[in-house]
Amino acid sequence: MAKRGVPEGLFLKCPSCKTTLFRKDMEEMLHVCPKCEHHFYIPARERIRHLLDTDSFEEWATDLRSLDPLEFFDRKPYSERLRDEQQRTGLPEAAVIGKGFIRGRPVVLGITDFGFMAGSMGSVVGEKLTLAVEGATRHGLPLIIVSGSGGGARMQEGILSLMQMAKVSAALAQYDLAGGLFISVLTHPTMGGAAASFATLGDLILAEPKAMIGFAGRRTIKATVRLELPEDFQTSEFLLQHGFIDRIVRRADLRTELARLIDYCEKK
Amino acid sequence: MATVYQLPFEKDIYEAEASLARLEAAAGGDGSDGTASEEVRRIRRELAALKRRIFSQLTPWQTVLVARHPDRPQFLDYVEMIFDEFVELHGDRAFGDDRALRTGLAHLDDHKVMLMGHHKGRNLAERTECFYGCAHPEGYRKAITKMKLAAKYGLPIICLIDTPGAFPGIGAEERGQANLIAYNLLEMSRIPTPIICVVIGEGGSGGALGIGVGNRVGILEFAYYSVISPEGCAGILWKTATDETKSRAAEALKMTAKDLQRLSVVDDVIPEPLGGSHRQPREMAVTLKRHLLRQLRELRGISSDELVRQRYAKFRKMGMFQ
Ligand SMILES: [Zn+2]
Repeated sequence: MAKRGVPEGLFLKCPSCKTTLFRKDMEEMLHVCPKCEHHFYIPARERIRHLLDTDSFEEWATDLRSLDPLEFFDRKPYSERLRDEQQRTGLPEAAVIGKGFIRGRPVVLGITDFGFMAGSMGSVVGEKLTLAVEGATRHGLPLIIVSGSGGGARMQEGILSLMQMAKVSAALAQYDLAGGLFISVLTHPTMGGAAASFATLGDLILAEPKAMIGFAGRRTIKATVRLELPEDFQTSEFLLQHGFIDRIVRRADLRTELARLIDYCEKK
Repeated sequence: MATVYQLPFEKDIYEAEASLARLEAAAGGDGSDGTASEEVRRIRRELAALKRRIFSQLTPWQTVLVARHPDRPQFLDYVEMIFDEFVELHGDRAFGDDRALRTGLAHLDDHKVMLMGHHKGRNLAERTECFYGCAHPEGYRKAITKMKLAAKYGLPIICLIDTPGAFPGIGAEERGQANLIAYNLLEMSRIPTPIICVVIGEGGSGGALGIGVGNRVGILEFAYYSVISPEGCAGILWKTATDETKSRAAEALKMTAKDLQRLSVVDDVIPEPLGGSHRQPREMAVTLKRHLLRQLRELRGISSDELVRQRYAKFRKMGMFQ
């Protein structure tokens, strides 16, 4: 079984309702369980197909590649880990950015893909998202970032990853001053450095149902406070209830919802 | 005499100091009248050399231990030693007064400034109240509220960073820890007055960066600044945080002042007194004060637009890729 992303095989078991599903059925439902609406992981390329008009995506900054500035070595060298992830996912890095159309409306779209090193943000992810923000500013377009970043800031690039949080946020500040509309879409999971920067800075913040969203990991919190955590702790529903997101949107409705919100915020 | 908190690698220093004290006692004085024996002078020279040798070769993990030394001067110590006055401002206007992050108006010689920083606590009561320097969302809200106030009246902002990280708790998540830190990063980037940040002890991840988006970012020689604690990193990579894995993690993360300067994340490394600032807090305060005054002078004449532009450009460049 693959460690992350969608495991191979004809059938799979829904982790939520435990039903055995035909993979093909699940995939045709936009990677959502037909029984219980559990939202499975969905790779960046498929997300683009679902959200944008057919063949409208013009990808930006495809040539950016991570270096290994710390010469980081854990169970394997970071440079090797990157190569493995690239091979496994077919992506050069955890972020994909570019321009496209949602039902005829031009937008800049950024995605962090949980399948590539848990969607964590190193220098390239930070740079790509910043380029997306700056591009949206320059072209005067709405910006949509769909986050799936369980890792937050990427440990293997150390402090440089942390600094990406400030870099992207600073770009968003300028975009905001220019009057740009930023819709942040949170998917499972959006944690740590992603949540503590771009992902929670949307003018509008949407989340897929039951996504895990938060700053600190559950294990860290449990070890610190030594209390049982609430059942729905750090879920989309929990965040909605506490006032930190605007709407929970099912994947099947996301495209329509985005188009509608863009229309409301269009400047005449 | 109170027990002194000794780090394992400081053992030789404490032994040499003890023998020096014994000799001086036997000679009936510290010899400052010029009567110090040849032996006493020799031990003093050796002691200085010993401190220099040990502290110039600290491993990253040992540096972390120095940065966390309980006798290391903290925010409120510097407030007392450096600033002429501190008018603390407590209100975040939403939830409560976070004692882990203090904000207020202060005088630094002729400069009026907005001063803020993490405070870890110098005794058990303080530490409990301050959550060991781990701020909650309300702390970050208070900080940005006061920065905006400073911006309104053209006051430069000084941020002294010293936190193991933002607090990981149920209430912190309920009140939007991630969102409040994110908001600070965004807003700090466009504050139109000078922002001077110095990591004085621990620069723990997002909790540190939450008041860390400055025009100038300095770090004390034995402080550290990292995306994750060595314990956290060791736990992820090697499942357990032992002395050995914590050392390896501290090394791998490149978290010391020298590494951070090489990675262009900090502008200045501020030297510490011989043997670390926990041994000579006053000397450290004098050096830090000189640093802050120099930064204030350098940034004073720069226009608001240019300050924001420079700060943007500084963080825009962060990262290494091809
Ligand atoms: Zn299901």
